[in-house]
Amino acid sequence: MDNNTKNTGQVDTLVQMRGLRFAYGSRVIIDGMDIDIPRGKVTTIMGPSGTGKTTLLRLIGGQWRPQAGSVHVDGQNVHTVNRRELYRLRKRMGMLFQSGALFTHLSVFENVAFPLREHTRLPEQVIHHLVLMKLQAVGLRGARDLMPTELSGGMARRVALARAIALDPMMIMYDEPFTGQDPITVGVIMQLIRLLNDSLGITSIIVSHDVQEVSAISDKIYMISQGKVVGHGTPHDLGRSPSDWVRQFMNGLPDGPVPFQYPAPGYLDDLFGIA
Amino acid sequence: MNLLALEPQLRRFNWPRDGEIEFDLSDILSIDTAGAWLLFRTAAQLRARGRNVHITGASAEARTLLDLIGAVGLPADVPQAAHMDTLEGIGRATVGRINESLGVLAFVGEAAATAAPLMLRPLRFRWRQVFDELAHAGHRALPIVGLLAFLLGVVIAYQGGAQLRLYGASIFIADLVGVSMVRELAPLITAIIVAGRTGSAYAAQIGTMKVTEEVDALRAIGIAPMELLVLPKLLALVIALPLLTVFADIMGILGGMLMSAAMMGVGFYAFIDRLGYAVTLHSYLLGVGKAPVFAAVIAMVGCYQGFQVTGSAESVGRRTTMSVVQAILLVIIIDAVFSVVFSWFGL
Ligand SMILES: Nc1ncnc2c1ncn2[C@@H]1O[C@H](COP(=O)(O)OP(=O)(O)O)[C@@H](O)[C@H]1O
Ligand SMILES: [Mg+2]
Repeated sequence: MDNNTKNTGQVDTLVQMRGLRFAYGSRVIIDGMDIDIPRGKVTTIMGPSGTGKTTLLRLIGGQWRPQAGSVHVDGQNVHTVNRRELYRLRKRMGMLFQSGALFTHLSVFENVAFPLREHTRLPEQVIHHLVLMKLQAVGLRGARDLMPTELSGGMARRVALARAIALDPMMIMYDEPFTGQDPITVGVIMQLIRLLNDSLGITSIIVSHDVQEVSAISDKIYMISQGKVVGHGTPHDLGRSPSDWVRQFMNGLPDGPVPFQYPAPGYLDDLFGIA
Repeated sequence: MNLLALEPQLRRFNWPRDGEIEFDLSDILSIDTAGAWLLFRTAAQLRARGRNVHITGASAEARTLLDLIGAVGLPADVPQAAHMDTLEGIGRATVGRINESLGVLAFVGEAAATAAPLMLRPLRFRWRQVFDELAHAGHRALPIVGLLAFLLGVVIAYQGGAQLRLYGASIFIADLVGVSMVRELAPLITAIIVAGRTGSAYAAQIGTMKVTEEVDALRAIGIAPMELLVLPKLLALVIALPLLTVFADIMGILGGMLMSAAMMGVGFYAFIDRLGYAVTLHSYLLGVGKAPVFAAVIAMVGCYQGFQVTGSAESVGRRTTMSVVQAILLVIIIDAVFSVVFSWFGL
């Protein structure tokens, strides 16, 4: 396949990864992945903890450089464009971090206003309105004067979401948006992702290991394991996948191709030192 | 009977010499993990001696527990923590240092690359941040820098004065205090205080922002962390440290002057008069001129260590300490290099 063809075929692809390979030092994390993220859809990249999902998002955002392969976002190769172009591209890619990553020394309002103040020369009045609109969208207009330390985990994520959409990006990457949240917050975040996706036409990339939530919300799922894509398709397709691995993951079975036990010396040796 | 008592008994137990061994658990009402472990171990030891062992009559709960304990059949090919010999240790340490040095160089290079375009458009520079940093690094450091420099002046005058008096050369105390303070001690003590106070704060601040992913968030918003977090600090410190050094000069000489008057009867007027001859403009400039270099080193080391933080809060602490140690080390080395170079050029 030609790496430089963009937006070919019937589906409009916003992010295209080809032959992607990445290692931290000698430890290979991503070992040849081909992934297509369709424009305007919710796509989830799913895999167990530690498989390199966050790393993959950093590769898309151009924070890490792959050892091989390419990432095209909206037709531009993230890793060959110059610095200025990269930063321009990043402004169009919102990112929701696992921890929210709010600026701790700024209030909720100032956090959301931050990208606007940095990248636009809008008058204060306009910024004020825009920020309140974004906060209204995530239901936290009333929390504008709080500091990040005063927010619950779920609220922090919603503020971070408001900050991520401040500049009306073309896509948002969500890093494990559901992890560690109570059921109500999970519901709220799911609804928000869908809402932003459909009403603003923002392409959503979710990285997650929460099977149920993801199945309910995604248009397309990629399953990754040990650096490779092991399955992809609609949630429905994956539910009936012939692959043992995909089934283990989708049904949450403790043991299977992915062993329950972390590799260890023989149990007898460990307990009693008997050879 | 608990495990402690049971275990030695079982160890001394005389097992029948041959035949199969059967553990009948039907009278056991309940068994905990320790009991199951003991049973399991005993059985395993006997099996290792080639005996046939059976466990019978176990209740459903006991069965489950034994299965849990005995979930054997695990892969045995474990990476062992490799043993390192001395040579390998030296090699690894060397490569580590080289990589670290390259990392620092790359960091300085990136800072320069970010700074260069901003030089042409100074209005786009983050002056607000610079002033904030100036207040922190400069203004708030005045009391501690002043106090320490003053005490240093007192100590030098006291120690030197005793010697000079032997030769009846008390008036030269002004030379001693003036030259040593202005050329060497004031710049050095100021740099060391600032490294401990401000360099560490830079490392901790940036390190914490790395842990909370705020640095990543900055990048994701499309802002180079270098521009927002490093350059204002660098500039602020390059401005603040020379000014602090001047202040330390004054306080140090003041301390020496008070001491001289109190101990040696060298009056203020005579002291200041003599100072005018002893401390030339160029030794003053040499002293203050070192400060911006020290400032750049302290700021870059602090910020670099901050960006090296990965993962946890513990890493923030370690990198903060390293920033102080490295900055002080580098400042003293650079000061020595300055002395050698100045003496080559006869300055
Ligand atoms: N900066 C780093 N340096 C070295 N190893 C890292 C770094 N970041 C992550 N890793 C390792 O890479 C693997 C993948 O990490 P990550 O992408 O965070 O996984 P996930 O998000 O899927 O849980 C993990 O095993 C982690 O230990
Ligand atoms: Mg992750």
